[in-house]
Amino acid sequence: MKPAFELDRQAAFDVQRVREDFPILSRTVRGGRPLVYLDNAATTQKPRQVLDALAGYYTGYNANVHRGVHQLSEEATAAYEAGRLAVSRFLNTRDPREIVFTRNATEAVNLVADSFGRLKVRAGDEILVSAMEHHSNIVPWQMLCERTGARLRVLPITDRGELVLDELAGLLTDRTRLLAVTHLSNALGTVNPVHEIVEVAHAHGVAVLVDGAQAAYHMPVDVQAIGCDFYVITGHKLYGPTGIGALYGRLDWLEAMPPYQGGGDMIASVTFEKTTYNAVPAKFEAGTPHIAGVVGLRAAVEYLTALGMERIAAHEHELLAYGTEVLQAVPGLRLIGTARQKASILSFVLDGVHPHDIGTIVDQEGVAIRTGHHCAQPVMQRFGIPATARASLALYNTREELDALARALARVREVFS
Amino acid sequence: MSELSELYQEVILDHNKRPRNFHVPDGANRHVEGFNPLCGDHFTIYLRVEGDLIRDAGFQGAGCAISKASASLMTDSIKGRTLAEADRLFAQFHGMVTAPGDEVPDLDALGKLAVFAGVREFPMRVKCASLAWHALHAAIQQTGESVTTE
Ligand SMILES: Cc1ncc(COP(=O)(O)O)c(C=O)c1O
Repeated sequence: MKPAFELDRQAAFDVQRVREDFPILSRTVRGGRPLVYLDNAATTQKPRQVLDALAGYYTGYNANVHRGVHQLSEEATAAYEAGRLAVSRFLNTRDPREIVFTRNATEAVNLVADSFGRLKVRAGDEILVSAMEHHSNIVPWQMLCERTGARLRVLPITDRGELVLDELAGLLTDRTRLLAVTHLSNALGTVNPVHEIVEVAHAHGVAVLVDGAQAAYHMPVDVQAIGCDFYVITGHKLYGPTGIGALYGRLDWLEAMPPYQGGGDMIASVTFEKTTYNAVPAKFEAGTPHIAGVVGLRAAVEYLTALGMERIAAHEHELLAYGTEVLQAVPGLRLIGTARQKASILSFVLDGVHPHDIGTIVDQEGVAIRTGHHCAQPVMQRFGIPATARASLALYNTREELDALARALARVREVFS
Repeated sequence: MSELSELYQEVILDHNKRPRNFHVPDGANRHVEGFNPLCGDHFTIYLRVEGDLIRDAGFQGAGCAISKASASLMTDSIKGRTLAEADRLFAQFHGMVTAPGDEVPDLDALGKLAVFAGVREFPMRVKCASLAWHALHAAIQQTGESVTTE
């Protein structure tokens, strides 16, 4: 299928023109201030192309998929499978059947923890995670360990917020069954060298799940080049709808793994004596899926592809460098997460001011940031802080918005002088 | 801007910078921990209760300016009160910070605790202001559990 949107790839990234695609960016907040949205790591705003695709589905061809013989069902099924193909291309999977739709990244991790766990993990085995994981890439593994008697081990991080890769090989034992690691840390902004990590893990015969919830909307992702066994994404951070995410799983794994949930669509035949399961990926998609979500997600990844992930990454990289400079000039500010390879995240603390107070004050200036532990409490414990303030960037952000953040932080200083 | 200065009043900023009763009182015989899991605020409230009377009160822990100042002012204002009076104050304080915008809460009974009236305009911060009070309430009721504001 032809992508729905095409742009001139050679043209410079025109952020002002791109902003016009996002209706919400023209609203005001807090008594008429322009919205400066810097909470993109929590969720991104949606372009008109995604909103139109959602409305187009519900007004034009809403029907259940894989079930009816009528025209609407045929159209909805085609759109649903076109969504799979689009996500498959976006992540460069070998085969579109390697994409399983889920509710979000969290459910994709849980699917693997449950199903891969039942296939492979026994008492005394080990699961390795890193110290910079989001709770959604910790807790499902802890639950798997509780269920099976396996042990959770942790790859530590440095003061800059980089993985201690020297310790990786030593932590991969003959009992390690899986390594779960994030591609891009939502709390620190660290980009992990996932390709190298996968090589080391595979040399030890260990499967790797990469959490791409953050990475996928900031940089080009090629799961074949990374070489990982599993990669998870979440639609709402990819400029798509909430409630839709995807799991990439290597076909041989997905074929060997037992189903996750039982129900309609995931079966080939059912009798009370025996049920046979459907083929991959339907085996993992029990029940009526989030069809509109898939339609919206397709529009989102095609929008991103048309803009060019390399160009988006370059624009954001330039912004991150500028933002780092601007924040470092704020008296008493300390960046948390100063890895050499970073993307999109500016996590920080201010001397003598709790992050929560920072959040409230900058919000009064129209600047939306996140404050708290960012669902990464072990990271906060590692740095000995209760919370950080976090500005996170997306393709539509500008230098002027980072200046607005700096002005708002000056206001924080005034209040707490 | 004016809502912001309503929230961060001088008194609050002062109690944040120099919290009162920021220690474990001698002879403390009741304590309750309070957490705000969302932002990591974490305080323990200590009381020395004799008979029906709160003889001394203090707190330890860390949190934002609103939660810290609230614990500081709260411990100040409950010393020498009976448990029943302190619990009534809890109810009045809670009523003040959660009152709908168009309702003018009764500030007279609250004395200097009225500086927290501005929190009403910041729904996301109500939990911060009431964290220490919920812990106090649990200490008075002796539920034996820590409290969270979730
Ligand atoms: C690194 C990382 N992993 C996983 C998740 C979970 O995403 P979701 O809540 O959409 O499942 C997030 C988002 O909060 C994240 O930042």
